[in-house]
Amino acid sequence: MSRNSGRQCWNWEANEMASESLREAYGDELIRLGSKHRNLVVLDADLSTSTKTAEFGKAFPDRFFNMGIAEQSMVETAAGLALSGKKVFASTFAVFLTRTYEQMRQSVCYNNLDVNFVVTHAGITVGEDGATHQIVEDVGIMSGLPNMKVAVPVDSVETRSVIDYLAETGKGPYYVRLTREKFPVINDPGYEFRPGKATIVRDGNDMAIIGMGVMVSFAMQAAEQLKSRGIDARVINMSSIKPLDRNTILKAARDTGKIVTVEEHSIYNGLGSRVAETVGEGYPVPVWRLGMRDTFGKSGKSWELFDYFHMGVDDMVKFAEACFREEPRYEDFP
Amino acid sequence: MVMPRHYRGMVWRGHGGKFMEQYTVSDLKNVARNIRKKVIEMVYEAKSGHPGGSLSIADILAALYFREMNIDPLEPDDPDRDRLIMSKGHASPGLYATLALRGFFPESLLSGFRKLNSKLEGHVHRGVPGVEASTGSLGQGLGIGVGIALAAKLDKRDYRTFVILGDGEIEEGSVWESLMAGNKYRLNNLIAILDRNGVQLDGYTKDIMPLGDIGKMVESFGWKVLEIDGHDFDQIIPAIEEAKKSRDKPVFILAHTVKGKGVSYMENNPKYHGSPPANEQEFRQAMLELGGE
Repeated sequence: MSRNSGRQCWNWEANEMASESLREAYGDELIRLGSKHRNLVVLDADLSTSTKTAEFGKAFPDRFFNMGIAEQSMVETAAGLALSGKKVFASTFAVFLTRTYEQMRQSVCYNNLDVNFVVTHAGITVGEDGATHQIVEDVGIMSGLPNMKVAVPVDSVETRSVIDYLAETGKGPYYVRLTREKFPVINDPGYEFRPGKATIVRDGNDMAIIGMGVMVSFAMQAAEQLKSRGIDARVINMSSIKPLDRNTILKAARDTGKIVTVEEHSIYNGLGSRVAETVGEGYPVPVWRLGMRDTFGKSGKSWELFDYFHMGVDDMVKFAEACFREEPRYEDFP
Repeated sequence: MVMPRHYRGMVWRGHGGKFMEQYTVSDLKNVARNIRKKVIEMVYEAKSGHPGGSLSIADILAALYFREMNIDPLEPDDPDRDRLIMSKGHASPGLYATLALRGFFPESLLSGFRKLNSKLEGHVHRGVPGVEASTGSLGQGLGIGVGIALAAKLDKRDYRTFVILGDGEIEEGSVWESLMAGNKYRLNNLIAILDRNGVQLDGYTKDIMPLGDIGKMVESFGWKVLEIDGHDFDQIIPAIEEAKKSRDKPVFILAHTVKGKGVSYMENNPKYHGSPPANEQEFRQAMLELGGE
């Protein structure tokens, strides 16, 4: 198996893909929306220079609260501000927000408040910081919370659109999963995020690859390689994990009869699980899941990690082709 | 119907449809007794619930809701109203009884406590008129209070935010995170009241987790601390009045109380943290001691 695929597919320029930072898009959008909406407030827990909320803090110091390394209090304070009619954005690294699961459950979701958790540094693309910082369970945890909605933007364009939606018409509790690394821009500038609506980014009827986050970009590259092997794959960007676009999933099941899910997340209780549940109930066809298995991450460069965990483009092609022939061997993907 | 606010020396009592003279200490004692009786009735009817920590704060609740807080049951969403977060959400019988007596909803609804199809959830629930936030998992109410107090500053409104904490509850680290935040943002509009009854579910706080000198600890976090007897209205009222005058610090009222106060067999008995009167005889005795029928 080629061990260079990760580096190659991670080299966006070589693949003629412009890449942009999702968290910087978030920071920019906050400032733009902050001058428009006076009731928008932002909280952070001593990571504002990394989550990119710091610039909002400079622009609107009265409406920015750095709560220190005290995530529990940050989430409770977010609830109090939302109870008082504020539009709240709260940010930290994805992994640290999960320590406040119960605050999110009791104070935010049970009270059904307009708190929007926009977290960064999710998944294995945290890279060198290693397993302690690479959360791959968060989407499952958050999706399970009643009232919580979950979005995983695929690129900077979609990030801007999600933040814009949350500030203008959306209402929390919302969980938005962003990353440390820059990701390729696959959406046109006019793209609009709609909750509960997936996007077909490449058409095809032999099988469907349903992805989340950066894995959608990988899937687009994989689909090109599959094409040369005679497999025409449909690629779907499932950025709205909750609410989930059942119709697009079931249509893919009906049209193609074979589904592969790809996620920079555990396959347990993540995108793959959601798709399998939906397909199992609505139009049972095989669903194979590619992603992190029952394991923690590791230190390394992002592209190295995709190879290490058999989630890069080459592995994805191999996996999808085996699935297409209905002979996937999970032992090849430990 | 819009009522003038801050009617000097008078309060809107919420029932009777008119302004009445401010409650005296003897009025408040009466209110507290009625709260306690309702608490016993509610947990006995539900055959479950938390009487101990409701009885210990009945006097504080009477002072707040019938005298010190700027609230109007007819305008529960008034943006200028004072807020109270019952951080120790298991004291739901105490809060629900107080709100009903104050006129937020009919007293007859109290019998639905902990039952299906009633809004009176086992732990404090925001669907109940007059309740500001659902609570029940300990350690979260002070942070919510910090958020509400920050919003008041942002909106330039002069309402106050009260938070009632249990002493067992402050074993939760999140409480201390929020104490830091209250100091950082100089929330002089935030008043925390600690129900220092010395008892938690598994036993006495001194055995389960010794809390040290709470007053000194909280003071060292930058808060103004007032220490009172939480059953003496001549200490409760002046402390709240003083807390309202704080210029640049959040205030922490350390109220020494008796768990199960008013019912002899419940007093200082950890069993009655979360158990109702065990039988008809215990129920009758409790009501008798509280001056009920």
